[in-house]
Amino acid sequence: MPEGDTSLCSAVGQCGNQVGCRFWDLALREHAHVNKTGVYDDALSSFFRNVDSRKSDGGACGFGGRIQHLKARAVLVDMEEGVVNEILQGPLSEVFDSTQLLTDVSGSGNNWAVGHMSYGSVYREQIVDKLRKAAEHCDCLQCFFLIHSMGGGTGSGLGTRVLSLLEEEFPEVCRIVTSVYPSPEDDVITSPYNSVLAMKELSEHADCVIPVENQSLVDIVNKIKHMSDGGKPGLTIRKDSSIISGQGGLRGAEKPFDAMNNIVANLLLNITSSARFEGSLNMDLNEIAMNLVPFPRLHYLVPSLTPLYTLADVSVPTRRLDQMFSDAFSKDHQLLRANPKHSLYLACALMVRGNVQVSDLRRNIERLRPSLPFVSWNQEGWKTGLCSVPPVGHSHSLLALANNTCVKSTFLDLKERFTKLYRKKAHLHHYLHVEGMEQSCFSEAITSLSSLIEEYHHLDATKGKLIPDAPRLSIAR
Amino acid sequence: MSVVTVQLGQCGNQVGHELFDVVCGDAHDGQRRSYCSVSRERFFHQTERGDLVARAVLIDMEPKVIKHSMNKAANSGRWTYGDDAHFSQKQGSGNNWANGFCVHGPRHEAALEELVRRQVERCDRLSGLMAMMSVAGGTGSGVGTYVTQCLRDTFPKSFIVNQLTWPYGTGEVIVQNYNSVLTLAHLYGLSDAILVHENDTVHGICARLLNLKHISFGDVNRVIAHQLGAVLQPALTTDSHGLYSRNPLGELASALVCHPEYKLLSMSTVPQMPSASIAYSTFSWPGPLRHLRQMLVSNSKMEEGIDWQVRLPAASERSRSLTGGGRGGGRGGGGAAAAAIFNRSLANLLILRGKDVYSAETGGFEDPALFTSWLSPRDAFSLWKSPVPFNKYEKSATLVSNSQALLRPLDDMVRKAWNMFASRAYIHQYVKFGISEEDFLDSFTSLEQVISSYSQLS
Repeated sequence: MPEGDTSLCSAVGQCGNQVGCRFWDLALREHAHVNKTGVYDDALSSFFRNVDSRKSDGGACGFGGRIQHLKARAVLVDMEEGVVNEILQGPLSEVFDSTQLLTDVSGSGNNWAVGHMSYGSVYREQIVDKLRKAAEHCDCLQCFFLIHSMGGGTGSGLGTRVLSLLEEEFPEVCRIVTSVYPSPEDDVITSPYNSVLAMKELSEHADCVIPVENQSLVDIVNKIKHMSDGGKPGLTIRKDSSIISGQGGLRGAEKPFDAMNNIVANLLLNITSSARFEGSLNMDLNEIAMNLVPFPRLHYLVPSLTPLYTLADVSVPTRRLDQMFSDAFSKDHQLLRANPKHSLYLACALMVRGNVQVSDLRRNIERLRPSLPFVSWNQEGWKTGLCSVPPVGHSHSLLALANNTCVKSTFLDLKERFTKLYRKKAHLHHYLHVEGMEQSCFSEAITSLSSLIEEYHHLDATKGKLIPDAPRLSIAR
Repeated sequence: MSVVTVQLGQCGNQVGHELFDVVCGDAHDGQRRSYCSVSRERFFHQTERGDLVARAVLIDMEPKVIKHSMNKAANSGRWTYGDDAHFSQKQGSGNNWANGFCVHGPRHEAALEELVRRQVERCDRLSGLMAMMSVAGGTGSGVGTYVTQCLRDTFPKSFIVNQLTWPYGTGEVIVQNYNSVLTLAHLYGLSDAILVHENDTVHGICARLLNLKHISFGDVNRVIAHQLGAVLQPALTTDSHGLYSRNPLGELASALVCHPEYKLLSMSTVPQMPSASIAYSTFSWPGPLRHLRQMLVSNSKMEEGIDWQVRLPAASERSRSLTGGGRGGGRGGGGAAAAAIFNRSLANLLILRGKDVYSAETGGFEDPALFTSWLSPRDAFSLWKSPVPFNKYEKSATLVSNSQALLRPLDDMVRKAWNMFASRAYIHQYVKFGISEEDFLDSFTSLEQVISSYSQLS
């Protein structure tokens, strides 16, 4: 039997693998919740393959059969062993086998050049080999998800190297990157260098980048904690809400970063929900870039997720549903520290899960539209998807992806911190020692970032201006 | 004679399913044997065991929707889709017309043609082919256009009608206006008639006439199917001599599309009401027909909030506009004022179904002032009747109109696409698959021509 659409995840570096670990755990929980029959189906096949371990060749079992042994469609890469080993010792170990893993022992020392240049060259063949093997198991490979962070050395350096290898090897397959951006008070002193160097690669080689800021995740988790500890009586946070809790997953005790990583993992679950489950308005993964990326480099999509702060009070259902739509545009629900309402929308996608009808969508778009500034040539720049299966523990959920000029502020911030270091040539020698790394890499990276900011700036300047319709073609009569 | 339906993409496959469900349920009572048997022959073939199998080909680039439609049909217990009549791939066209038209279409051409040919060969006599699709996405619009082109080559003498669902003005697909422009411009050269349903209009019918609170795509699609069924079910035409007409698509096209420059057809049906109300309603002919006529005159899209201010131009105005060389003012941007302008028709087809159908007075639809000066009402107006009530309505009337009714939405579509094109937004996504800026310009040019022709009707 042929298999359906499949996606391949690659997690690179410590942060990437921690997020990935939460993602596969929650994905398994979601499928266990929906799939009561224990039969391997289309939905499961998009992230997992079903393997009969009794067969010596590890042969795949077809659809409609019992779930034998699920293997994640994934390649995990890290240049130290800690996180990957932890995964292998935990309950998720069975989901991976050695052909999917690549580790080294010494790490990249928070140096983009070490990850991108040194390890990138040493492990190039091995990485390509593992990606190809994983891809061979996919009958129809629709999308690559790359999960990494921007601040360190491995995720940022080797992660972006993996991205360009994907483009070389599988030019037709869509590349969606989830990038975790460092906080301004990051303890990695070279994180501005690493991030800016990585940005150039993301701008050139990704189809879509979904930036997530560490600080936003911290803020969200703190707010939830605050509300559940000392909130008003009667307004308690539901503990089984899947957005932050890992309950029901395979992992027992929670680690400090788990709550934050769960949010990112849920983002990934929601993006892929429509490709996995049925709905009255499907949204395939390749539709994301098609609808949200008007110009090739402007492919940074600001994510917001609701409900984040699920309250256990009882309110009128439609009000709660409408509130969910409003929340997606509020500052508190952005996974990037930015306020899209005050900037310019180039396009916006609403990916809805649960029992929500097209009339609910239409009502809310009509209601919210007047308060949201859209670029003149895309006044109706909305893309919607309806997936009928809600996340575990919720009746409905909404992921909004906004191509919005507010992303510029994060980039400006980064540029400023980069310039501060670069003016003094601080730590530069650590990078220039690395073979293949030259000072021009820095200047090219910062030029690339500046021109990206300039493009957003240029569009931003059209905001609020009345732009007349383009004069129409005239027809000889 | 039979109609082979080709369902394309998510929308086409959902609407197609509803259409077969409506016509099957409508021709199920068995009391009017000739009506039933003509309807059966038209839409279904029968297996040796007597099961009804839809004369349909299901095409999509991803499997979920087709699987769902096939299961739903099989579970209805009344009819099924053929086991050998569907084609799906694993990966959709990604809302990209170019991906559907330049990649998926050509790649699967042989397989798709074979599926259609097999259905056609099952028909004793073929009336024509109907391709059902939306214009917004990638598969329905892109693959749909490509398939229509192939059908035109393979069946050069057959009637080919496209049923198009136009997207909501906002919120479905961001590049929908590009996809719509490319689809319409190409289909205009291929299709014999283009039947259009606007989602916004149908949504309004669901909300205001059917009183639905939570409107799903299923509700919208059922209204479309009801209107289509009302046109395509058997009817008696003026020259069919008391027998049900044989060739619904051919007669539809010849009644309404008398000039290749004008082939956009809109539809209205009266009455439409919540299904629970039907049993308690009294039906008559004069009231609904009066409404339907004013809906035509004023371009009101549903039997509520009809604008009664709009009147037919007086005879003197008509001659003035003739000497004045056309109005040209109907074009675009007129804002709310444009809605109050008289909607001129090129040709209309009125279909009456139900009790006492022969007593219905339809003279109001034959007023020469409704039509252009260069066609007499005798040529421009057609009337089909059937004494069999349709889909539980004791009496119902449907008007298919080749008029200026679609001028506004078409003009909006082209304007929005053109504004986007002016900044070259999203063009790289199309170039990637082989559609150039030049191709876009060609499509814009041909649609501007259509807009200009319709706005100059006088």
